[in-house]
Amino acid sequence: MNSNRLPYLLILPVTLFLCLFFLYPFIQVAGQAFTNDQGFTFANFERVFSDWKFPISLKNTLLLAAAVVPVQLALALLMATMVNRMKKGRDIVLYIWTIPLGISDLAAGIIWLAIFEQSGFLNSMMHSLGMIERPTSLLSYKSMGMVFLAIALAEIWRATAIMLVILVAGIGLIPKEYYEAAEVFGASPWKRFTRITLPLLRPSLQTALVLRVILAFEIFAVVAALGGTLFPVLMGETYSYQFDLLDSGSAAAIALVILGISIAFTLVILRALRVPKGAQI
Amino acid sequence: MSTSLSNTSTVRAGRWVYGASVALLCAWVLVPIYLLLVNTLSSPAAVSGFPKSFVPEFDTGSLEFFASFGGMINALLNSIYVAAITMVLSILIGAPAGYALSRFEFKGKELFRLLILLTRAFPLPLLALPLTVMFIQVGLDDTILGLALVHTTLAIPFAVLITFSLFSGIPVELEEASWTLGCTRLTGFRYVVLPLILPGITASAIFAFVISWNEVFAAAVLTIENRTLTAFLLQNLDTSPLHLKFAGGFILVVPALVFIFAVRKYLFAMWGIANR
Repeated sequence: MNSNRLPYLLILPVTLFLCLFFLYPFIQVAGQAFTNDQGFTFANFERVFSDWKFPISLKNTLLLAAAVVPVQLALALLMATMVNRMKKGRDIVLYIWTIPLGISDLAAGIIWLAIFEQSGFLNSMMHSLGMIERPTSLLSYKSMGMVFLAIALAEIWRATAIMLVILVAGIGLIPKEYYEAAEVFGASPWKRFTRITLPLLRPSLQTALVLRVILAFEIFAVVAALGGTLFPVLMGETYSYQFDLLDSGSAAAIALVILGISIAFTLVILRALRVPKGAQI
Repeated sequence: MSTSLSNTSTVRAGRWVYGASVALLCAWVLVPIYLLLVNTLSSPAAVSGFPKSFVPEFDTGSLEFFASFGGMINALLNSIYVAAITMVLSILIGAPAGYALSRFEFKGKELFRLLILLTRAFPLPLLALPLTVMFIQVGLDDTILGLALVHTTLAIPFAVLITFSLFSGIPVELEEASWTLGCTRLTGFRYVVLPLILPGITASAIFAFVISWNEVFAAAVLTIENRTLTAFLLQNLDTSPLHLKFAGGFILVVPALVFIFAVRKYLFAMWGIANR
């Protein structure tokens, strides 16, 4: 076969597939958001923005992301540096730490429900320690702080692994000579971390943060399992517009809002962690 | 290093803190899963009882209830079918592109890579919304294939990037040698590259399976009669008793444990290359 044409033939299936199931639907979702029976309109957005639940779900989604992502970043960095200097048992520790990578958000929500529900393990533990007489409902509208905490913990538990994997792979790419040189000049472990690891890890940090932040705005099943309707988030609102209210125009409008926030944050992260040309390894 | 003598106790304390934190972080991952296991292996009465025992009573009551709950086994099978189709499609469609990226320089290569990377900057499950309309038009609504196509969209970027990194790891000289020995590009691929790449391809196929198996939003939006396990559990969250939720959650977790174990060697190679 003509090897000029072969590469195009090989990428053709993916390209066609992504055009049909990725680009086209996104054009459609934009179309749906801006149209109704009469044609072009902002009515979908007006309906969504005037819903009393919208500001709450926007606030909840952003607050969760703001609470969860920094903790995950710190935890993943800590775990990655710990793994990096590990000699014995590295494989088994890495396996354990990456287990949540394979666990769905719904399952993670259910796992933490086992801990936080009324007859759950947290209440049982407090009872056996004599801290409480009878089990109290931890996940109710009377204890929104607890609901927030449970959701945040479940998210941190579930999705730190993906950052860990990216960061461990990234640290593996940093040449060992840099550390040896730093050690020769007497740099402390902390100095080595801030002066070598962090700057050279920038591309991986970028990927990890973009991926995590986007996933954080998509939070849905964890919240559904733990908070139910107590704690509205954007993705849950999209789902209820589409499914409970059968209003796909408004669902599309919220989808565009989520999309807009995701793109805005992606650009900010890419800009903030920009890797200067020539500073790449 | 020069001050090690005076610092022996600090070093020892440091090592102790280090070991303790590794153990603590392992517990942080494992204990919640263990607690779910305790719930799953307890009778329905014990699951909603109080206070709860921290050791399972090894009662299969919850699991039996799960298996006999109307529609649950069907949902489980649907999940497996969808994930299996996703696995096959994403490798069949994705792997050739991975090969092309690793072996050829061609015009538009950067643009193509951009398209692949772009998919990761979008909340993909939202695709399910417009696709409901499209699927009704072509008769794919509420079908296993329709959902598998959406899940394939989620899995394909990974499949392309992972196979790209795998093919890049095999020296092109091996292939060239096979051509001098009378192989065509196709037979050379079949007898030289494929055997070397197969374990890695399996790993990325498993990864695609897990992506589909775990997906909740698109599954819940796109299926009504033919619900997958995640969609079924989500739909019944408000109404189902606790032991059903926990047993269902556990069934969701088990394949994840096995699969992550199976692909653990490849996890970091995959992400290492997916960075650029």
